Amino acid sequence: MISVKKVTKVYSDNFYALSNISLDIKRGEIFALLGPNGAGKTTLISCICGLIKQTKGLIKVSNFDTLKDYRKTRSLIGLVPQEFPLDSYESVLNTVNFSRGLFGLKPDDKYIKNVIQSLKLWDKKNSSIITLSGGMKRRVLIAKALSHNPKILFLDEPTSGVDIQLRKEMWDMILQLKQSGVTVILTTHYIKEAETIADRIGIIDKGELILVENKENLINKFGKKSIIIEFGEKIYEIPDKIKDFNCFITNDNLCLVIKKLNNNNDINITNVIKIISKLKIPVIDIKTEESSLEDIFLDIISERVKGEL
Amino acid sequence: MNFNSIKAIYKFEMARALRTIMQSILAPVLSTSLYFIVFGAAIGTKISTIDNVSYGAFIVPGLIMLSIMTTSVNFSAFGIYLPKYNGSIFEIMSAPISAYEIVIGYAGAAVSKSLLISVLILFTSTIFVDFYIKHPLLMLFLLILISITFSLFGFIVGIWATNFEKLQLIPLLIITPLVFLGGSFYSVEMLPELWQFVTKFNPIFYVINGFRWSFFGTADIAITTSLSFIITFLFICLIIIGLIFKTGYRIKG
Repeated sequence: MISVKKVTKVYSDNFYALSNISLDIKRGEIFALLGPNGAGKTTLISCICGLIKQTKGLIKVSNFDTLKDYRKTRSLIGLVPQEFPLDSYESVLNTVNFSRGLFGLKPDDKYIKNVIQSLKLWDKKNSSIITLSGGMKRRVLIAKALSHNPKILFLDEPTSGVDIQLRKEMWDMILQLKQSGVTVILTTHYIKEAETIADRIGIIDKGELILVENKENLINKFGKKSIIIEFGEKIYEIPDKIKDFNCFITNDNLCLVIKKLNNNNDINITNVIKIISKLKIPVIDIKTEESSLEDIFLDIISERVKGEL
Repeated sequence: MNFNSIKAIYKFEMARALRTIMQSILAPVLSTSLYFIVFGAAIGTKISTIDNVSYGAFIVPGLIMLSIMTTSVNFSAFGIYLPKYNGSIFEIMSAPISAYEIVIGYAGAAVSKSLLISVLILFTSTIFVDFYIKHPLLMLFLLILISITFSLFGFIVGIWATNFEKLQLIPLLIITPLVFLGGSFYSVEMLPELWQFVTKFNPIFYVINGFRWSFFGTADIAITTSLSFIITFLFICLIIIGLIFKTGYRIKG
């Protein structure tokens, strides 16, 4: 659906906002673009949407060049920006209708009503934007982006500054859009958001796309599992047979923590239990902990900072 | 040509004009009436005729020009500056619409508003003075041409401005003084020779006199000179706008 090939964006001060980015986004998927502040997420989105012209490289949407065939590519895209760039004194209905017209479509009252209703804004259709809450403004922006029935929807930090209830509603809405065949690309700081709704995840840092992975693969590949064994007595030495594993004793000497990568099958919990039972130290609890996408993201970024990646 | 997009921008801008109808429409009518009272009634009694035209009638084209130029520049400049200011320009720049369609939408609305105001001023003038229009079709043509030219100029100002002060700078500190000093309320022949010479460097002088010629068939300069000047200015504005969109100056990263 979207093909980004060797795209670079350099600003006049020789700042590389994007460096040789290549990325393919599949039709109908939810793709989450993660990265710290200033990583280049919004720049990449802006290049695809035509807000910024890339310095080098080629971007295609549905096989159309975003620069040469901009009318075709832009008509397929809806964009929800990070901020609230709205005309404060315009009504909800008028601003949504304006967006539809701007994208070259004739008015369609029925469609616009459906969009506004689905975002629970119909009772506010005649209200001025200035009177709406932040969450409502966010929904108005989504309604505007959907007003021309786009096949691709870009959501730049869609749930920043919205409450938990609304965030969950937005996630449901994004999943519904996916079911209706819309390709969704979102940037987010909430890793939980990507973990909950994304099919694939791309991590971008300092203008470089570090990795693109299926969410499950990413968790399997980079995720870590910890086996935590809590003892009834203090232990001071790691048993010989598990010394070779990545493990340590906690500061209170009451727990042994064995760390393993999700895709490492060398550490078998049954074997661990057998070894521990031979120690004749009372075991109170055995539990496992799995790293979240947030842990993985932080690990990748911090490793990159250390220059290890 | 993407007519639906142009229509959307045009309607949006006209709705903005209607939201501020008191300021947009009634203020020019009121100020014109005041000009007639001050210039027509007070000064007009001291000056009988200029080129066989009563002073009251003589200032009508100047008053229309004053309003049309300031309205075209202001409305068009505000029109494009506001989306830049509130960030909603992202929507225009990401829409499947060409640069010239964007300009047609914004400048078209500014031209419509200017023409509406000029018609109102023309009718208001008839309350205060008797006058005739010798070349009505040429007058209408010039009215539209000048509105388009100055709306395009306003568009450039709106793109150039990075704050509200800059937005007001050119209309208030350049256009208005040049209109006043360009022979809106007097004939250049009434000035001392030195000031007659200086006035010829005022571009607005050519615009006002061309428009005045269409009313009375007489002006300080030939109509062809005025027309050439206005058309040249129109093309300069079009070239600058073309460059703005080509380079993305202050609208695109």
